[in-house]
This record gives sequence, structure tokens and C-alpha cells, in this order.
Amino acid sequence: MMIGLEPTLTHYLLLSAALLTISIIGMIANRRNMLTILMAIELLLLSSNINFIAFSAFLGDMNGQVMTMFVLATAAAESAIGLALLIVVFRRRGEITVETINILKG
Amino acid sequence: MLLIILLPLIAAIIVGFWGRRLPRGASHLICCSAVGISMVLSFYLLWRVNQGYRFDDDIYTWLDLGFTRLTIGFLIDPLSVLMMAIVTFISFLVHVYTIGYMKDDKGYARFFAYISFFTFAMLMLVSANNFLQMFFGWEGVGLASYLLIGFWYTRESAIKAGMKAFLMNRVGDFGFIIGISLLFATLKTANFSEIFVRIDELQGLTVSLFPDYELPLITTICVALFFGAMGKSAQMPLHVWLPDSMEGPTPISALIHAATMVTAGIFMVARMSPVFEWSDTVLSLIIIIGATTAVFMAILGLVQNDIKRVIAYSTLSQLGYMTVALGVSAYSIALFHLMTHAFFKALLFLAAGSVIIALHHQQDLRKMGGLRRIMPITYITTLIGAWALIGLPPFAGFFSKEPIIEATKYSTLTGHHYAYIALTIGVFLTACYTFRMIFLAFHGQPRFDVHHDRGYQAPKESPLAVTVPLILLAIPSIFAGFLFIKPMLFGNFFDRSLVVASEHHAMVDLTENWHGIGAYFLHIPSTPAFWLALLGVVVAWFFTLRQPQASAVLIRTFTPLYKFLINHFYFDAFYEKIIARGTVAFSRMSTLVVETMGIEGFLVEMPIKIVRWSASLLRHLQTGYLYHYALAMVLGLLLLITRWGMI
Repeated sequence: MMIGLEPTLTHYLLLSAALLTISIIGMIANRRNMLTILMAIELLLLSSNINFIAFSAFLGDMNGQVMTMFVLATAAAESAIGLALLIVVFRRRGEITVETINILKG
Repeated sequence: MLLIILLPLIAAIIVGFWGRRLPRGASHLICCSAVGISMVLSFYLLWRVNQGYRFDDDIYTWLDLGFTRLTIGFLIDPLSVLMMAIVTFISFLVHVYTIGYMKDDKGYARFFAYISFFTFAMLMLVSANNFLQMFFGWEGVGLASYLLIGFWYTRESAIKAGMKAFLMNRVGDFGFIIGISLLFATLKTANFSEIFVRIDELQGLTVSLFPDYELPLITTICVALFFGAMGKSAQMPLHVWLPDSMEGPTPISALIHAATMVTAGIFMVARMSPVFEWSDTVLSLIIIIGATTAVFMAILGLVQNDIKRVIAYSTLSQLGYMTVALGVSAYSIALFHLMTHAFFKALLFLAAGSVIIALHHQQDLRKMGGLRRIMPITYITTLIGAWALIGLPPFAGFFSKEPIIEATKYSTLTGHHYAYIALTIGVFLTACYTFRMIFLAFHGQPRFDVHHDRGYQAPKESPLAVTVPLILLAIPSIFAGFLFIKPMLFGNFFDRSLVVASEHHAMVDLTENWHGIGAYFLHIPSTPAFWLALLGVVVAWFFTLRQPQASAVLIRTFTPLYKFLINHFYFDAFYEKIIARGTVAFSRMSTLVVETMGIEGFLVEMPIKIVRWSASLLRHLQTGYLYHYALAMVLGLLLLITRWGMI
């Protein structure tokens, strides 16, 4: 079942879950570069995309793939804003280290 | 009928709102004609009522409470129509008098608006057929009184006097409200005739105004109502506002503080006679308070030097007589005295006003004198008023005052001996202070300042607008007594509008001893009151004209007593020092304890402190690190999914 067989829905879901876990760990465990967080977010969105496509193929419903397109568009917009914010932060502080940015501290 | 009441209001509104733009003549034309028509209609109504006409109906529903309706309605019976006639008559004459008296005043139109409004409120009070409307009129006259006492609002003393009158009246009104509320709460109606029919239901009921202390209901109601009457009719110990109210213009003193408004309390008790008849305790209280007021205020009248204050104290004393008459259930005599008193007291006030304008607003008796020749009309009318006041036959006062004293003799209620003695002494004192005033003002040598600079006008007789009302008031002051004594006291003029319980037989005894005017005159020499009045005149003459220095000797001998009197028995001082200062001190303490410590310290500051304290703990959760927030989000999501199975 594992090797040399057609990938089934389970494989896709496992892949997606793996990607989600990686992205969350990337967000939480990362203490250095803020850019990494952005990339982790992209990864998170992609994992959900894989889920959408897998179920779309499994159920024979095109709506899932349409949704993927929306997610991609949203991801593009989100990363544009994220990068812009990142640039602003860099300009003001000269660095984008996550650990030192804690001006929201109460 | 409605026109009688509404005309003064309409006039007041027109003159009050647009008076400044109207020419001076228009203001008094509108007000005088409105009140004049009102007066004519009142007299017509009086005649109709005497023929047997009655009216008691609601004309407008103000509030429908389901179990009862609060309405605007009128009760026209002999009692109210008599009051309406007196009020409009005096009011009309005062309106006319004002034209002369206030000639040069800036607030001419305003003044007319106020007195027309007062007339309206007073008419509402006397013609009401339910408590609420009566209370409306009651407050209306109080307001008018306040406005008019403080009419010269640039004078500090006038403003203070106005405030004092208003506050003292509030104290009384509080009692009045309690009385009304108790009646309304138990009988569920404000209508007079319904209350009177059902008043016996209250017999034996009790009320606990204070915890654990039951009071008989009717007595409590009567005490509360009478307390209201004490405020309005200036009975001791709520009398202190009346002398001070003399700060107002003289026409006001005549109209409001002598003839009409102060008698509202007397009227109210008379109107409520079916209620008061149920409580002997309250009737005794009324007798005692009335008698005390009558004699002690007369004593104070002796030492006053302000001409208006002398008359003011005399008003207080005469109101005491009326109150005593109420107490001995001789309501008709009280109203009779009210009527004659309205005539002669208004006359005296207006005459005093005439003297005051002649002397350029000089009110000090010590700076008058010798005006007899300069102002003959004023002198003669004052003399008539004074004779009527001291109860010299055949003037009006004699016929109304003498029966009061006799009624106290026939009464059997507690306190009637005291009242008899007090009132008899009161007669002597009345004669004393009245003629002291007349001798000082009109006889002897002129003591007023005569300026010789340009523009000064020597005292002269007042204009027609002033003297005509004086003469018109002098006529009833002479004749009202023996013309009306028979129908009002012993006839059935009042019909069923006054109720006297059969055990209060003072009035019945009086009627039995009545053998016509002629016999009444013959018995004059046998009454102590008559001789005491004459004695009073002689004493006054002795101390003012014959031996002016004798009074100075008396003052020197009894200095403490004199000081006691000149300070009005220290009533004012007591109110100011104990009540007013006490209230202020209590307020200060409340500010500290309730406001600063309670509200500010506890209710306002406390939540702030709590929030600040908890925030100082919670703020540590906010690290500012993005990954902490991300972790929190993920953990939260996990919790939601696993624990509650959401999403």
C-alpha cells in the first residue's frame, strides 16, 4: 500500500497535515527572521490548497479547485501586504529579527 | 363662569409676554378691564348662587387612572362664590390703585401681568372641585407671591424676603401634600364632594407615618392639611415670612398679603369642614395656634416702626382670630371675618401706600406725623379702616370679631378658655397698635425731612387712581358688617357648603342668642371687648401724643423685654441659627461623608483601583512577541476543536 501504488486521498491528507505542522512550527519556533514567518504562512495556505484539491478530485466536484484559485489570490495579496509591512519595519528599525520586535509588550 | 377665571389669565399672558412692546396705557387697560369684567361676572354669579344656583362638574379630564380620573372641574357654591367675589373685588381695586402707585416704575407691565396671574391662580384655588386643582391654585398664588415680593429684584432684601416666603410656604405645602396624598391613597379620589360623602369610611382607621407608631387617620390628615393652612395663612410658628413680605410693593401687600392669598388657608379649612369636623384634637390644635398667633403677633405690632410692618403684624393677628373661629367650628364667622378683614385690611394697606408715596417711599413711622391736614382723604379712610379693625361699632370689624370671641365662650373644646382670654387681650392690643400707627402718622408735628432743593415735591394728597379705591374700600368697611351679618352668620347663605357636627354647638348657641341688629347694639356696653378697644385707643393716645417720652421710659425700664419684642421673639434668629445653619452644617457633613468618601472615594475610585491592579497583573501576558501570539492562536484552536468539538 505504501510504495508503488497510486497515491490515495490519505496520502494527500498526510502531506497536507505535514505541511501544516511544518508551517506552524516555523511560525512559533522561529525567533530570527520575520521573512520566515511570511513563508510559513504561505506554506500553511498551500497545505489547505492541497486539501481542497484532494477532496475535489476525490469527490469529483470542481468547487474545491475554484476555491484554490481564491486562496492563491488571497495568498498573493497577503504576501504583498506582509512584505510591505516587513519593508516598513526594516526601514524604521534596521532589522527584522522577531525576538527584538516587542513594542506591543504590555 | 369660566370667563371669570380665564380673563385674568389671558390678560396676564398678553401683558406678560408682549407688555414691553405695548404702551403703558395698554397694559393697565387690558388687565383692569379683564379683572373688572371678571368682578362684574362674579357678583352676578354671587347673586345667582344666592337664588339657589349650584354647579359642581368636571369640564376636562386631565388624567385617567382607571380607578379614578383626575379632572379640571369647578365647584360653585356659596363658599367659593363668596371668595371669588372678594378676590375679584379687591383685585380690581388694587389694579386701579396700581395705576397710580406704580406710575413711575420700570416694571409697570410686568407688575400688571403678575397681579393678573395672581388673580387667576387665586380664582382657581377657590373654585376648584378637587384637590389637585386646588393645589395648582395654591402653588400658583405662592409663585405669584414670590415674584411680587421680589418684584424690585435689584434690592437684596426684597430677594431674600421673596425667598423666605417661598421656603416657609414650602414647609407648609409639604404638610398639605401629605394631607392630600393620605386622602387620595385611602379614598382613591381627589374630588371634594366624593370625599365629603365618604369621609366617615375613614373613621377608626389608622396610619403609620412613622414606623411602629399608629396614628388615627383623620386626625393625621387634618393636622397635615392644617399645617398647609398654617404656612399659607402665616400662623405661628410659620409666620415669619409675612412681615418680611412687606418688601414688595404696597398694592401687593394689600392684595396678596392681607386680603386674599393669606386667607387661602382659612378658606381651605372651611372648604374641608366636613373632614375637620371629625377630629376634635385638631380643632383644639387650631384654636390654640390661632389664639397664640392672635395675641403674640399683636404684641409685636406694638413695637414696629415701619408702617407696613405694623399692618402686617395686625394681619397676622387677625388671621389668628379667623383660625380660632375655624377651631370652634364657627366656619361662617371665620369667613365673615375674612370678608370684612379683606375690606378693611386692604384699605389700611392701600392707605399706608398712599402715605408712602406722598413721602417718597418713606415707611418709618418716626419720620411721619401731621399728615392729617395734608392728606384728608387718606386720613379719613385710614380712620375708617382702623375703627373697623379694632372692632368699634358700627363698623364692619365689630360684627365679625365680636361673634368670634363669643363663639369661643360657647365652645366646649379644649383650649377655648385660653382662646377667649387671648382674643380679648388681642382686642386691646389691636386698638393699641392701630391707633399708635395712626397717631404717629397723621397727628402731632410733622417729622418728615423737608428738602428745599429743586425738584422736591412736598407731601400732597395722592392722585385719583389711589384715592378712589380707598373710598370704595371704605364703604364696605363701614357697611359690610351689619348688612351681611344676618344672612351670613345666622341665615342659610352657606347652605350645605359648610358642615358642622352637632356636638360642636358654638354656632347654634350663638344663633339662639341672636335677637337682631338692634339688640346686638344694645348689648355693646356689656362686652369687655368694646371697652378694651376704647382703652387701647386711649393708651395709644397717651403714649404717642400726650406723653411721647413715656414710651421711651418704658423701653428703658424693660430693655430686655423690648429687645425680645423687637427681634420678633427671636423666631427669625432661631430659624436662621438652628434650622438654616443646621441644614448647612448637615449638608457639609453629608458632602464629606457621602460625596467625598462614599460616592467619590468608594463608588468612583474603587473600580478604577481594581482595574488598575488587575491590569498590572494581566499585562505581563502581553509579551509583544509574534510567536507567542501565534502559539496562543494554535493552542486556542486546538482547544476549541478537541474540547468542545467546534468548527
